[in-house]
Order: sequence, then structure tokens, then C-alpha cells
Amino acid sequence: MTAAAGFGAPGAGTSAAAPAIELESLVHVYPEGTRALVGVDLRVAAGEAVAIIGQNGSGKSTLVRHLNGLLRPTEGVVRVDGRDTEGIRVARLAAVVGLAFQDPDRQIFAGRVRTEVAFGPRNLGVRGPALDRAVADALAAVGLADAADANPYDLGYSRRKLLAIASVLAMRTPIVILDEPTTGQDLRGAARVQAIVRGLLAEGRTVLAVSHDMRFVAETFRRVVVMREGRIVLDGTPEQVFAETAWPVLASTHLEAPLPARVGARLGLGSTPTEAALVEALVTARG
Amino acid sequence: MLELRGATYRYAGYARPVLHGVDLALRDGEIVGLVGGNDAGKSTICLVASGLAPLSIGGELRGEVLIDGAPMAGLSVHALAQRVVIGFQNPATQRSGVAATVFEEVALGPMNLGLPVAETLARARRALATLRIEHLADRDPARLSGGQGQLVAIASLLAMGARHVLLDEPTAQLDPEGSNLVAAALRDLAATGAALLIVEHRTDLLDGLCDRVAVVDGGRVVLDGPAAATLEDPRLESWGVLAPARGRLARALAARDLPGMAALGWPA
Repeated sequence: MTAAAGFGAPGAGTSAAAPAIELESLVHVYPEGTRALVGVDLRVAAGEAVAIIGQNGSGKSTLVRHLNGLLRPTEGVVRVDGRDTEGIRVARLAAVVGLAFQDPDRQIFAGRVRTEVAFGPRNLGVRGPALDRAVADALAAVGLADAADANPYDLGYSRRKLLAIASVLAMRTPIVILDEPTTGQDLRGAARVQAIVRGLLAEGRTVLAVSHDMRFVAETFRRVVVMREGRIVLDGTPEQVFAETAWPVLASTHLEAPLPARVGARLGLGSTPTEAALVEALVTARG
Repeated sequence: MLELRGATYRYAGYARPVLHGVDLALRDGEIVGLVGGNDAGKSTICLVASGLAPLSIGGELRGEVLIDGAPMAGLSVHALAQRVVIGFQNPATQRSGVAATVFEEVALGPMNLGLPVAETLARARRALATLRIEHLADRDPARLSGGQGQLVAIASLLAMGARHVLLDEPTAQLDPEGSNLVAAALRDLAATGAALLIVEHRTDLLDGLCDRVAVVDGGRVVLDGPAAATLEDPRLESWGVLAPARGRLARALAARDLPGMAALGWPA
């Protein structure tokens, strides 16, 4: 068991059947009046991988910041692991939900990479060899093992993004949220992020990612949620969300299906959101 | 015209340089894309081309940086700001922190150049309109989404009216419409004779936007040529660069002996 136990300690009253995440009529209005979320309902089962996509300012980041208590609902309910987050302190939520920020510089503050990554698990009470192992595993997962003693601000932006992800991985939370994880990553960095998500899923953990990277979304997630102006307007598999019939809705939130989906639709091959899906459809069509 | 000639640069406190003999020319009216793997030196090239390295952040520069044929070394920060602007990878780095509204934030640059008030206001309004973010004018710049913050950062640069514009991943956090608006604004800017450098991992955006694309690897420019030629170069992946979607798909088709993109009728 690599994931922390969540709130589900004996007698805590949560059942294994409770969704990992449950939002009911979630509304968030920022202090200056911006209505960022205007009624979001979403259930995510434990072990599910969900990508959240949508135009700039559609509420994606606002939504995920409710899950670790950084933001509190103006109206509605946020349940994590079956528990209403109202009244749960951020420190306690942190044991269950790890969030890697879009902007790593909002998250990084330590003078050494190793210290930065140790901060989270240390706060959860992890000490000694277990702490060393959590840090080493997280750094290895993001490819920063050789930078453990560097100052985070001597790393380039792309590696600081990976460091922010490592800090969340080290906490071994059952729910992991990544906000724009492939931004600023090169080919290898993007492949690494994809491998990290797949590794988390293989361990049975729940993963949410906010992304504008349609290729990453289509290749990595089995469920895609599309947001527009603070609402969920589509929710389905990549095949459903990137199908030609859904394009008008995608366009209404400034998105475009990945190239393989557009080529496949033009050729009448159905919904082929990834290169692999398109190639397979063509091979089948060739007979 | 902005030109790096044999630029070798070492950050303060570093034992070794991170750029080695970089030659790169940004001609007037030209959009140049710069691609490369993580930590290849792309952002450092921007800093050196902007003059901030070494003028503002120290370090040691050998070789030359020429702006309109004259050495950049010796220009004051104020003189530089009128001629070359740089957009950082993280828009939060760029935010002034002193403006209460987005409009003030965008107006701050031209105001600091000492332009007349009417011209300052006109430039700020035009920059917001170009990126279709007039509706954000009264918002607090510190309370925007990542993508909105990036558009405000680019509007701030446009309002400066510099003839040399360096952008480090200007569209990383933008949705496709935001990316298209930025691309259109950059095309218009180049059409007025400005020289542009764009660092970008998203090669799909560079395809069709840039005149030239250069590849940097290990602090060296390893390829510099017409955009189409660079973006179709089979060595891109070995340099850590994701090829444009069209090229990747073409290779995936060829690997299975399927007809090529053109045979599939793509593009129309």
C-alpha cells in the first residue's frame, strides 16, 4: 500500500463505495465579484483519471483549488473521500489531496530541492528512512534525482514544474491533482508526466489534471470534463468529447479536437482522438 | 535588427557558461522561433538578447550583442527598454505588483517610457483590444487565471511599442483561441517591421507563424533555417523537441505503410 489511508480510518464512517471526489452545485464567487463557478456537479470514483479542459478563465483551476481546501465554496458542497470538506482543516485535507500548482513558484520556497520535497511528508509526520525514501522516490519519478542538493531557483522553469510535482508525489496522497503539468515541458518532460500519471493510476490512486494539452489529455485520460464559463458542458471519454458531434461545444469554449480526431472524422473513420487510434482505424479500413 | 555574435554567457556563481558561441540574428519584420529541450539554453538566449543578462542580473558575457548594428553593451536600462522588450515564461514574474487594475498594468510600460498621457492611454486600450481582453480592464491583475494573466503580460509588452520583442513561451497557458489571437498580434507586429523571437515548446504554433526556426541544444544553436525545414527535421526528437502534430502523424502513417497525409486529403 503506497497511498495514504485518507479519512477512511476504522470507525471514521466512510465507506469504500464513496466517490473520491463529489461536488454538488458548487458555486464560487471571488471577493471582487467574479463568478468563477456557477453550479458544478461532479463525481469522481476512486482510481479514476479525469482531465479538465476548457477556455482560459472557465473555472478549471478554481474548481481544483476547492479539493484541497485552498478555496471554500460560496455555495454548494465539496466532499472528498465521502467527507464534507467544510470544517476539515487544510492540514488534514493535505493528507488526502495533493495539488501541484500551475505556477510552481507559488509552491516552492525551500533553499534545497531535497528540503522542498521533504516538506509535505514531514508535515504528515513521516520521519527517518521512510521520509528519505519518499523524497528519493518522488525525485526519481520526475527525473530530478541528480538535483537533490540544488537550489530550486537554479533550476529552469521546466524543472521547477517537475519539482512541484515531486513535492506532491512525496506526500503519497490517494488523490493527486496536477494543474497544467505539461506546460513548459519538452518531449521527454511531457512523456515523464504521462508516465507519472499512469504510475499513479496503476497504484489505484485518483488523478485529476487541468490541461490545455489536448494530445496529453487524449492519450492519458479515460474521462474528460469540458468547462465553459464556470459550468461543466461535456463529460465523457476522449472518443465522446472529441467526436465530431461535440466540436461545436468544444469551439464554444475555445478548444479544438486533436489533429488525429479531425483527420479521422474527415475520413469517416469515427472518433480517433489519438495517433494510435487513427492508425488502427486506417489499418482496419484497409482490410 | 538584433544580433547575437558568438555569445558565450555564464550566470553569476556558475562555474561554466550555459551558452557557447551562439550566433542568432533577428531581422526587421521577421518572426524567429526558438525550440529545444528543457534547460537547453532558450530562456538564457532571451535574457542575453534582451540585455538583462548581464546588465541587470550579472554574469559574464563574451561575444557581441548588436541592436540595429550597434553594441548593446553601454546602453542604459531605460534606453534598452525603449528598443527591446522581453516576456517571461511565468507571467507572474513580469507583473509590476503596483497596478490596481489590468488597465493600469498595461499602461504602466508606456507611462514609464515618459510618453504623453493620451498616447499612453491609447496604447493600453489598443493592446487590450488586440487580445480581446477589454473585459478584464478593471480586474485586479493579481487575481486572474493563468491564461488571462499571460494575455495581460503580452498586452503590456505590445503597449511598449518596442521594435524588438522576445517572448519566452507566450502561449503556454493559453487556450487555442488565446494562442491564435497572440499569433495574429505577433504577425501584425512583424508586419510593421518589428523583429520577434519566440521560445515555444508547442511547435504547432510555430508552424505557419515563424519565418525561421532555430534549435538550441546544450547551449549551442544546432540548426537555424526556414521554419518548414526545421520543423520537419528528423533530428528534432533527438534534441527533445516534439515535432508538429502533422509531422508526427505523417511518420506514424508511414511506419505502418499507410498512405500519407496528402493522399488522405489533408489539408483540404
